[in-house]
Amino acid sequence: MKDLGVMQPLLRVEGLSRSYGSRIGCADVSFDLWPGEVMGIVGESGSGKTTLLNCLAGQLEPDGGAVLFDQGGVLVDTVTMPEPQRRRLGRTDWAFVHQHAHQGLRMNVSAGGNVGERLMAVGARHYGDIRDQALDWLGRVEIAGDRIDDRPSAFSGGMRQRLQIARNLVTGPRLVFMDEPTGGLDVSVQARLLDLLRGLVREMGLSAVIVTHDLAVVRLLADRLMVMKDGHVVETGLTDQVLDDPQHGYTQLLVSSVLQV
Amino acid sequence: MSEYNFAYLDEQTKRMIRRAILKGLAIPGYQVPFASREMPMPYGWGTGGVQVSAATLTPDDTFKVIDQGADDTTNAVSIRKFFEKTGGVAVTERTAEATVIQTRHRIPEEPLKEGQVLVYQVPIPEPLRFLEPSEVETRKMHALEEYGLMHVKLYEDISRHGHISTAYAYPVKVEGRYVMDPSPIPKFDNPKMEMAAIQLFGAGREQRIYALPPHTQVVSLDFEDHPFDPSKAAHPCDMCGAGDSYLDEVIVDDRGGRMFVCSDTDYCRARREAGHRGRLAAEEMA
Amino acid sequence: MMIRIENLSKTFTLHNQGGAVIPVMEGAELTVEKGECVALTGASGAGKSTLMRMIYGNYLAASGHIRVGGTDVAAADPREILQLRREVLGYVSQFLRVVPRVPVLDVVAEPLRTVGVPGERARRRAEELLRRLNVPETLWTLSPTTFSGGEQQRVNIARGFAHDYPALLLDEPTASLDARNRDVVLSLIEEAKARGAAIVGIFHDEAARDRVCDRVVDVTGFSPARAA
Repeated sequence: MKDLGVMQPLLRVEGLSRSYGSRIGCADVSFDLWPGEVMGIVGESGSGKTTLLNCLAGQLEPDGGAVLFDQGGVLVDTVTMPEPQRRRLGRTDWAFVHQHAHQGLRMNVSAGGNVGERLMAVGARHYGDIRDQALDWLGRVEIAGDRIDDRPSAFSGGMRQRLQIARNLVTGPRLVFMDEPTGGLDVSVQARLLDLLRGLVREMGLSAVIVTHDLAVVRLLADRLMVMKDGHVVETGLTDQVLDDPQHGYTQLLVSSVLQV
Repeated sequence: MSEYNFAYLDEQTKRMIRRAILKGLAIPGYQVPFASREMPMPYGWGTGGVQVSAATLTPDDTFKVIDQGADDTTNAVSIRKFFEKTGGVAVTERTAEATVIQTRHRIPEEPLKEGQVLVYQVPIPEPLRFLEPSEVETRKMHALEEYGLMHVKLYEDISRHGHISTAYAYPVKVEGRYVMDPSPIPKFDNPKMEMAAIQLFGAGREQRIYALPPHTQVVSLDFEDHPFDPSKAAHPCDMCGAGDSYLDEVIVDDRGGRMFVCSDTDYCRARREAGHRGRLAAEEMA
Repeated sequence: MMIRIENLSKTFTLHNQGGAVIPVMEGAELTVEKGECVALTGASGAGKSTLMRMIYGNYLAASGHIRVGGTDVAAADPREILQLRREVLGYVSQFLRVVPRVPVLDVVAEPLRTVGVPGERARRRAEELLRRLNVPETLWTLSPTTFSGGEQQRVNIARGFAHDYPALLLDEPTASLDARNRDVVLSLIEEAKARGAAIVGIFHDEAARDRVCDRVVDVTGFSPARAA
């Protein structure tokens, strides 16, 4: 086997906390995410998983703790780094896939423009090249090339979500944050999206943090699982181990509450 | 005359506006917020430009107003009269004689000189507004020089029309730093913005002032494979024969007849006075 | 040896049923050499599947060691187990669990793609296995989710044998197969042994067990002494 010891985590989270007044959002969360790993965060509504995701992705300022991200072999705290640098990460190494595609897309801009935006944001200035890359990415997310000049408002829910993924992955990020990426989609559309995400994660060697309440989704997508309750992490482990041999009472309840997955 | 303070606005307000102007000049292309006043004319009639002019004019100035290049439209005439009445300043239609020129949608053809001030009326100062509705977000984008979105607009143009179809209010980058809306001037005028005169931009409703000091670098945004093209109608002026001026198309009959004339009325007049003639000038003279 | 289990125990704690602690295994010992195939036996519910799942890291051990290659599964981090599963330890379960819509060829080639085998080579290996297991070529581009039990089982086996794992766990690999395909699977197991794979399996099919297994370990011996 390759020596795992020489590798460094892509993301290291240390004691991350965020409260809303006296109410706890998430408290004292720590974990390492390794290159190529997909981690699922599950828990019911209000368990703090979305707060945690937003703190990780720099969209919400934590009250305490560190979110260290690998930058050329050095772990740099993204919480304390200057905002321009953090926003730059958000356009290059990081990506964020929202549950509602309209939050992550520009609805009044064509599909091609949506995909091309990140390229232009990092300095692409050749229209032909930008369009070629947009076409390539539309193909990869199974959107017909002749829809490139259509606006997302003319797309179905599943197509919008795939477009959002293309828009996010076009600059080759290393880490993708996803908030309920299959939420609100038909079951058949979900499957197609899951298949697509799995393929992209492997091909691009992506790491991902996926927040969902859908245990079937994490079963298929996530290598590791983190279970949250009332802002606290109550259990972590390999996805199949946590789902098949849950150790914490809450996880046992969660797993037994859903139809077999 | 005595009913008004010089140039209508009170001195406090003019000082406030001048501070905004100076700040704008110090940070070329940066939109400075200012407390826009009610003016005795509706928004959209140039209230931003009028306030900047009021704060800029001195009793010794000579004032010129153009609207789409013309000195004789209602809008231009009323603003000119407004300062004639409230400031008692000298007015002119000749570009070279004016010290302060307020404009809507044009830059005069005649190159401006050092010592002149060009005041633009601006409807929407934020070039990013087209795609980003949040003011908080656009401010952050300016602060952090995140201007990818501006090219998204140009990308959309090309994808829809095969070329950059934005023909006016064509976005520019100032001194390699701020992306700026040049007000709705035709893109033909964009190259003229690197000039010897001071340029001030006033947006009354949006409460923003921005500025370009003399000889500031102003670059029109474009793509490598779709370079900026300040083209205009491929005709000479039918009145004065000028081949280098921005033209208005005028329908002259109900049989599809049309003519092209300089939009800058002063430029056209000066050329005709100097003996230049265009295709249709003879009939007009007759 | 490839697999060594020492003093392994397992309990289930049912937090939502008064915190009842149920011991299910105690003092399990097992070693499997390279090239050896060991069959687990014992009555239904004796813990054969539990032991297999613990070796794979699917169930957590309460105490003891599960050494597979250089990794102690009972103590390893998730990422170490993930790497073990990618490179060293294969598992053919009785159930095929795949993302809907993914075609058979990709399902079978995936373990190879995961360890970095180029697409074309992984595909050829997948085709070879599917052909041997008599999965009709017309099905290769379809998702196996709609297949019959026997077809799914063969896809599952092809997937499990795609990569040459040094260690393999087989849960009833010949169940629901006809004689012809059963023979193919047993040949695959023999070939894996010949290249040095250490195999632990559950075989209800006694003839199959006799043909491929070198030893039999009865897990009944690992049942915890019933507390009074």
